[in-house]
Amino acid sequence: MLTNFLFVGFPYVALVLAIVVSILRFTWRPFSYSSLSSQFLETESLFWGSSLWHWGILWVLSGHLFAFFLPEAILAWNARPLRLYLLELTGLSMALLALVGVVALIVRRFTDRRVKVVTSPLDVVLLAVLLYQVASGIDVAIRYRWGSAWFSTNAAPYLWSLLKLAPRPELIAPLPWMVKLHFLSGFLVILLLPFTRLVHFLVVPIFYYWRRPQVVIWNRKGLR
Amino acid sequence: MDIRSQVAMVFHLDKCIGCHTCSIACKNVWTDRKGADYMWWNNVETKPGTGYPTQWENQEEYKGGWMVKDGKLQLRLTSKGKFLQKIFHQPSLPTMDEYYEPWTYRYEDLFNGPEQDDQPTAIPVSKVTGQYIDIEAGPNWDDDLGGSPLYARNDVNLSALSEEQRLQLLSIETLVMFYLPRICNHCANPACVAACPSGAIYKRGEDGIVLINQNVCRGWRYCVSACPYKKVFYNWSTGKSEKCLLCYPRVETGQAPACFHSCVGRIRYMGVLLYDADKIEAAGLKPDAELVTAHRDLLADPNDPAVIESARKNGVTEQVLQSARKSPVYRFVKDWGLALAPHPEYRTFPSLFYVPALGPVTYSMENGVALNPTSTEEIFAPLEQARLPMSYLASLFGAGQEAPVRYAMKKMLAIRTWKRATEVGDVDLKVALAGLREADCDPEQAEAIYRLTSLCSFEDRFVIPASHREQAVEVLTNPLERKGAAGFGFREAPQRGF
Ligand code: HEM
Ligand code: SF4
Ligand code: SF4
Repeated sequence: MLTNFLFVGFPYVALVLAIVVSILRFTWRPFSYSSLSSQFLETESLFWGSSLWHWGILWVLSGHLFAFFLPEAILAWNARPLRLYLLELTGLSMALLALVGVVALIVRRFTDRRVKVVTSPLDVVLLAVLLYQVASGIDVAIRYRWGSAWFSTNAAPYLWSLLKLAPRPELIAPLPWMVKLHFLSGFLVILLLPFTRLVHFLVVPIFYYWRRPQVVIWNRKGLR
Repeated sequence: MDIRSQVAMVFHLDKCIGCHTCSIACKNVWTDRKGADYMWWNNVETKPGTGYPTQWENQEEYKGGWMVKDGKLQLRLTSKGKFLQKIFHQPSLPTMDEYYEPWTYRYEDLFNGPEQDDQPTAIPVSKVTGQYIDIEAGPNWDDDLGGSPLYARNDVNLSALSEEQRLQLLSIETLVMFYLPRICNHCANPACVAACPSGAIYKRGEDGIVLINQNVCRGWRYCVSACPYKKVFYNWSTGKSEKCLLCYPRVETGQAPACFHSCVGRIRYMGVLLYDADKIEAAGLKPDAELVTAHRDLLADPNDPAVIESARKNGVTEQVLQSARKSPVYRFVKDWGLALAPHPEYRTFPSLFYVPALGPVTYSMENGVALNPTSTEEIFAPLEQARLPMSYLASLFGAGQEAPVRYAMKKMLAIRTWKRATEVGDVDLKVALAGLREADCDPEQAEAIYRLTSLCSFEDRFVIPASHREQAVEVLTNPLERKGAAGFGFREAPQRGF
């Protein structure tokens, strides 16, 4: 019952809300979509916090996504121990970067007198959840080796089962609680996404690569 | 040929009295809000000086504008391929400390203070934190401080001067200063637009006004760094960038923007310029020495049939074409060669041009008594003796080239002398005429310049075509959708986040 609620009900609620609210927010309150940068108020510690955090988390996130989409590739790569160590070590160091980064961001949020002014309660909740997410990930990675292996055999099939609307929570039942908590806070991040500044991740401006440098808009002719 | 129209501007620096009325007019209309409190879309700085934000001209640090790299025009800030590297932290972004921390005073303490021996005082409190602050800088704390070690000495343009000239500008007996009012230049090749990863900044086709779509801006803050004039501002409360919108609701109805309308010195002119958008890139690739000419070549003759034809094809209306023919800006910039764009080497091709300031009328003092000048030489010092070194103005308005600045100054001086001859009569007319000729001018042009400079009425200064109603955006969208939106498109309080 509890398993069903936490690992079937909750993920669906988080996912559906993330999609629906993000779209609603984008159409009804487009003004609220922003990175909410606070660099203008404080730049030096943001450099360390934001750079380390983003580079770290983006690599870790890509690793998770890769293992989600191509679990077999990870298993094949891990066939040789040396390659497994290399992968695990890279992942771990990226996670450590993210950890240092998010700690720096939190310290900055609470110490800089100007940044404090633009810190909302949800900012604090988000940073706390992200801190827990990264810290628990590192803990799991160190204590329950090898994550890249069991993610591909257990977690990935479980996540796919959710996506295919045929949930199989039993796949992750044998995993330790610490790991399950890491999953749960991951779903919590997804749930928080549409309600917090995290929406900036949805509007990463990759179209810039293809855009012409100048933008001219005519009332009648539109964009040219 | 791709002719577009642009509402363009001239500021006649000889007439600016540094009163800041323009800044206040703008502040009251647009930026008297939380998060925008530190912004001065219009500011007036004293030159030589560091300006606002401090040392905005230092592109080594701020990386504003364009540069030519491998034969291509590229933003100094970042190349397209590498822009994402700087998105998490923008290394060249100025912070609030480079502008100033806005403050107010706790006036209520004057009334509510407890009974005590001393008078109550209103302490300064930060508009950001609400806490007491020790005020260290303001938006115009360089005001009138020509020659000061803090401001004048750190003017970026001084690097174009010799050590001797620099010393002269800094000593009390020989220092010199003038005012430089600044707004967004609504450039023809805006760096802010090109730098915005979200594509939120755009130039309006009909009048060339550069605007930021507040619903599309995501606070990536590239525009703030990329604008070499630092005329895009980051609203620290809403997390969106904002900039001068040239009072477009006024311009659309044929009225001058608030800063223009209120200008006490009547230094501001507004009129239409036609320009050839096809030529922009080639012009931007020209070496520094040719930039002033290349910029003037962009501007198209509103009487040329080919230009008119191309403009019509782009939907430029007859009314706009008509006012382009009467444009005071075209006369100052193209016909007379008097007005120059600020820092052409940034290659954004501003639509705001400045007539450089001539030196003041000179006269000597003896034992505290002002002597009557006996010759025009004494009244109007020759250019060679100007206190402000030509190389300084060349750094500001000529991409380092003295020739275009010298041309403008010489002409203005010749006209001064000519008017002295015709009005006061203590200068030989023949000498004055020879001076005019030498300055590439004739009595007719001199008279026209004199009239538009000194006797200009409201209608002479502002030749603004009201936008055609059938072109206005309201006609193209459902009016009921806009009802109650007060012309701003959405009626949401600009609050931070969700
Ligand atoms: C390519 C993708 C991303 C880009 C371009 C990006 C960009 C940014 C930018 C520009 C800021 C504002 C920094 C400032 O204050 O100036 C920011 C803040 C932040 N980002 Fe990202 N981000 C990305 C992905 C992510 C991801 C995947 C997460 C988390 C899962 C994340 C979490 C955060 C957080 C928590 C902050 C707030 C930091 C603070 O000020 O306390 N970002 N991001
Ligand atoms: S002056 Fe105005 S139009 Fe030009 S780059 Fe700066 S903000 Fe953009
Ligand atoms: S109002 Fe006119 S005269 Fe006064 S400072 Fe502004 S530009 Fe100069």
